[in-house]
Amino acid sequence: MSLDKATVAKIAHLARIKVPEEELDHLAGELSQILTFVEQLNEVDTNNVPPMTSVAAQKLRRRKDEVTDGGYAGKVLSNGPETAEGFYVVPKVVE
Amino acid sequence: MGGLTHLTMAGALDGLAKKEFTAVELAEAHVRAVEAIRPLNAFITETPDRALEMAKASDTRRAKGEAGPMDGLPIAVKDLFCTKGVPTTAASHILDGFKPEYESTVTSNLWRDGAVMLGKVNLDEFAMGSANITSYHGNVVSPWSPGEPGNWSRQLVPGGSSGGSAAAVAARAALGATGTDTGGSIRQPASFTGIVGIKPTYGRCSRWGVVAFASSLDQAGPMTRTVEDAAIMLRSMCGFDPKDSTSVDMPVPDFRAALTGDIRGLKVGIPKEYRVDGMPAEIARIWDQGIEWLKAAGAEPVEISLPHTKYALATYYIVAPAEASSNLARYDGVRYGLRVEGSGLKEMYENTRGAGFGKEVRRRILIGTYVLSAGYYDAYYNKARQVRTRIKWDFDEAFRQCDVILTPTAPSTAFAIGEKMDDPIQMYLNDVFTVPASLAGLPGMSVPAGLGSDGLPLGLQLLGRPFDEETVLRVGQVIEKAAGTPALPPFVA
Repeated sequence: MSLDKATVAKIAHLARIKVPEEELDHLAGELSQILTFVEQLNEVDTNNVPPMTSVAAQKLRRRKDEVTDGGYAGKVLSNGPETAEGFYVVPKVVE
Repeated sequence: MGGLTHLTMAGALDGLAKKEFTAVELAEAHVRAVEAIRPLNAFITETPDRALEMAKASDTRRAKGEAGPMDGLPIAVKDLFCTKGVPTTAASHILDGFKPEYESTVTSNLWRDGAVMLGKVNLDEFAMGSANITSYHGNVVSPWSPGEPGNWSRQLVPGGSSGGSAAAVAARAALGATGTDTGGSIRQPASFTGIVGIKPTYGRCSRWGVVAFASSLDQAGPMTRTVEDAAIMLRSMCGFDPKDSTSVDMPVPDFRAALTGDIRGLKVGIPKEYRVDGMPAEIARIWDQGIEWLKAAGAEPVEISLPHTKYALATYYIVAPAEASSNLARYDGVRYGLRVEGSGLKEMYENTRGAGFGKEVRRRILIGTYVLSAGYYDAYYNKARQVRTRIKWDFDEAFRQCDVILTPTAPSTAFAIGEKMDDPIQMYLNDVFTVPASLAGLPGMSVPAGLGSDGLPLGLQLLGRPFDEETVLRVGQVIEKAAGTPALPPFVA
């Protein structure tokens, strides 16, 4: 699979990563190389093989639906780049 | 006091118990050692005050007869473990200024058992790399580099991603260090720097509070200078944690007690597919040497087949980036770390992540985003998960014929910073021997086995059945004894 510049720009947007225009060509080359490498998996017969969901042979544990922790908004917010009155502040989304 | 930094953990525990020195003296010697190895760039954050404070508390506990299993032992912590009140960077620009309000379960366990923190050590950004050359905080230089610090004729890599951990332990600045292993990030740097590193079975060590890379693969483990020390430290790190839904609820054995030296009758699997094309002669030689050592100790080598070995790397480079792209979605400039403003919310996200992530991390997030995107999910991601199942089945079958598997750890000795950097696939090949066991969730350890023709360390890898770290450690110690005292790197603290 070979990726073109436009596809890389689209993936970058989906991933919310700004990639400078001048890096797109180089990146397209590298990503295509990786995709070509992983395409060898098509040689493997995977008919009736279940996709792995968990490497450990155990069922997901369930816990009681109850509050066991919390009540420290200050701690939660302590690393926020911009906070006010117990909230994170982000650029205006709705006009 | 110069000798204190050359002790093993077991030796230091003895010395502390016999009152030959105090935990404060041991910590002071290591704080000086940490300063002395600054040219290696192994530490991102040094915490000397905390080390001395913890050592003082350790001496008090010991005087009261309340010493824990690692009481007073100074260690380094990979900067991927969240440590309360101490900056945690994951070696990324995007986590600038982040000081966790909580402590990872693994480090909590270590402090509970009395260990002393020297600081946070360097790594590849978000643990993505095999050479410790992708850190925002700069490359780590291996203490094995020829020449003098500042005047090295070649700057060698310590391996990665736990490169700072490996360099600090090998250069005698810490008795041990925590590492994390996603595709070989404990075992490969251990091999490159001549130390011991073990990745336990997936689920043994809690992932809670460890910055996530690929959640179905990430596993913490110890990096030490001897197998016995690995057993001591692993026991403290392991244990059930209700806060990690993949943590396994089973008792933690006394790993040190498993080191009986008796491996008579044990069947050692030698996978024929690991004799890869173009394998350097010295790697084959050291592998054969390992087989001979185990035979001499009474074990029986058996040839086994792991037919899907050649597909492991390709599987890994779909599964790991897919999980990474999802895990790293949380770095958006809102809750912690770097924020780069933009005209709106979306642009702020894009600017923050564009500026905050380095090249390798960006590349992997993009691959992950692509293989998970509509139209490609089945062709790439689901296919890789199916091949992963077949790789696991290969191991299940192999362990019907043998008790432990012996392979080389890495396909070469350490290379120089700058080599192999242009070609991502070439760099990924470093992990060719370690990745299959990661995909299968198996315990794996690298033990120093000798030096290559270039005078640099080479490790042998042992893989075990799920939750059978005891056999891995027992066999590992037999190799360690047969290989003799490992050489010291040219630069030590």
